[in-house]
Amino acid sequence: MKITLKVWRQKNGKDSGRFETYQLNHVSEDMSFLEMFDVLNEQLITENKEPVAFDHDCREGICGMCSMYINGRAHGPWEGTTTCQLHMRAFNDGDTIVVEPWRSAAFPVLKDLMVDRSAFDRIMAVGGFVSVNTGNAVDANSTLIPKEDADNAFSAAACIGCGACVATCKNSSAMLFVSAKVSQLALLPQGQVERKDRVRKMVAQMDAEGFGSCTNTGACEAECPKGISIANIARMNREYLGAAILPGN
Amino acid sequence: MSKISQLFNSSIGQKVIMSLTGLFLCSFLVIHMIGNLQLFKGDSGMAFNTYAVFMTTNPLIKTTSYLLYASILYHAVKGLWLAARNRKARPVKYAMSQANANSHWTSRNMGVLGTMILVFIVVHMSDFWAEYKFGHIPYTKYTTNILTGELTSEAMPTDYVQSKKLEEYMVGTDTKVVIVKDLYKEVSEEFQNIGLVLLYLVAMFAVSFHLYHGFQSAFQSLGIAYDNYKGIIKAIGIWGFAILIPAGFAAMPLYFYFFKS
Ligand code: HEM
Ligand code: SF4
Ligand code: FES
Repeated sequence: MKITLKVWRQKNGKDSGRFETYQLNHVSEDMSFLEMFDVLNEQLITENKEPVAFDHDCREGICGMCSMYINGRAHGPWEGTTTCQLHMRAFNDGDTIVVEPWRSAAFPVLKDLMVDRSAFDRIMAVGGFVSVNTGNAVDANSTLIPKEDADNAFSAAACIGCGACVATCKNSSAMLFVSAKVSQLALLPQGQVERKDRVRKMVAQMDAEGFGSCTNTGACEAECPKGISIANIARMNREYLGAAILPGN
Repeated sequence: MSKISQLFNSSIGQKVIMSLTGLFLCSFLVIHMIGNLQLFKGDSGMAFNTYAVFMTTNPLIKTTSYLLYASILYHAVKGLWLAARNRKARPVKYAMSQANANSHWTSRNMGVLGTMILVFIVVHMSDFWAEYKFGHIPYTKYTTNILTGELTSEAMPTDYVQSKKLEEYMVGTDTKVVIVKDLYKEVSEEFQNIGLVLLYLVAMFAVSFHLYHGFQSAFQSLGIAYDNYKGIIKAIGIWGFAILIPAGFAAMPLYFYFFKS
């Protein structure tokens, strides 16, 4: 396949950035999108040019690093897929593909397609944890959890923190991510100790990081590679209202 | 910061107030719609004009109406403020964006649709509400024979005024007389203006699209969009608020323009 790439190049956070166009003449449709970028970078290195900086790690859809906005969609055209799991057969010979970094005030561009997602880490740091007993490990089966709660918590826990929800949302809202983390812990007995404090602190941190607010467009849910449902956002709103209005911490 | 003030300053708290004011406005639309159906009664506006007096004098309704004005103001100002702040959360826009692949256009244009509604509300209130309250609307005298139900109406001289908003008395034992400001006539005259009729139609499309997304969205904001009744919320939002209510309101100017000229 022949592919024309229009890639966002930006030296650093201060540079204003621009698109560069590259031509790739031997792309296999069995390559992943990132492998295609590897080929591009080898080509750039042999031409003595600066390779394109992009984030990646596991390349198997579980780490959430591979942030790319491809032809106007987070992680490209396939549903429920990260960029590393997107394959070139999603495109046609002769296509032009536009690749941009996640765009959000809370995710500043570091270089080219790499953005700084440490805002998510700071949100996790204020409440995304549970208290555990010291001493001997208790028998796991001694804590009863309703099946439905366990399933919902597990689905929420599938969030890989990739930031596609923020990248896709017209408001750059982080509600899907934060609600997945809040739900996962609020649904389980282990998360009860910090339940109210957690949601208050995580929402406050989310607001302080400069994410926009949710307008329920549902775009995040449609683009999330892990199929996190906006039912989690409704749950977080409920948790937050309860935490603010009801007594106790 | 106390938990409550933290709530009101948070993105979620602000959204909750948007949804509560929005739902309150929705409930008003239902009442307003039902009341205005009296325009179609074919009684030269007696029922409608009497209803207008009731709506502007009943203390409970007057109090609610002030709450309503405050809600509209808050909803509009806060909504536009949130929309502006949300735009700023993405200072550099995407060169290419396929938003239609993941969301409905109404949900992405609530600010624009709301602004259209706001323009309409200003025109609408200055045409009817302000005119009724501060302007000079002539009175009409309705005479009903309560035995036969026969109704005649007669415009009062334009300089006629009365101290009570509604004069109601009997002549003899079978004739009832009602004298009231003829808002109905004002409405039927205003709606001879095709420009105004078109403005109303456009505005009702805006209401329809605003509520197509808004009604369902409000329940999500309040955290009560449980799977069990998501279906019914959606049905009420679409059939009730995006179709029936705007269509009913749109029928009013069309009725006067085409059938009462
Ligand atoms: C008949 C009048 C109106 C009704 C019934 C109405 C109803 C609603 C409802 C139910 C929502 C959803 C709230 C939520 O998602 O939680 C909403 C959202 C919104 N409304 Fe209205 N509205 C009206 C007029 C207006 C006006 C005049 C404006 C602005 C000029 C406006 C601007 C907005 C905006 C920007 C949103 C989105 C808020 C957000 O998601 O953050 N609305 N409206
Ligand atoms: S909710 Fe989905 S899109 Fe958002 S960070 Fe988690 S996995 Fe990524
Ligand atoms: S590189 Fe780990 S999810 Fe794509």
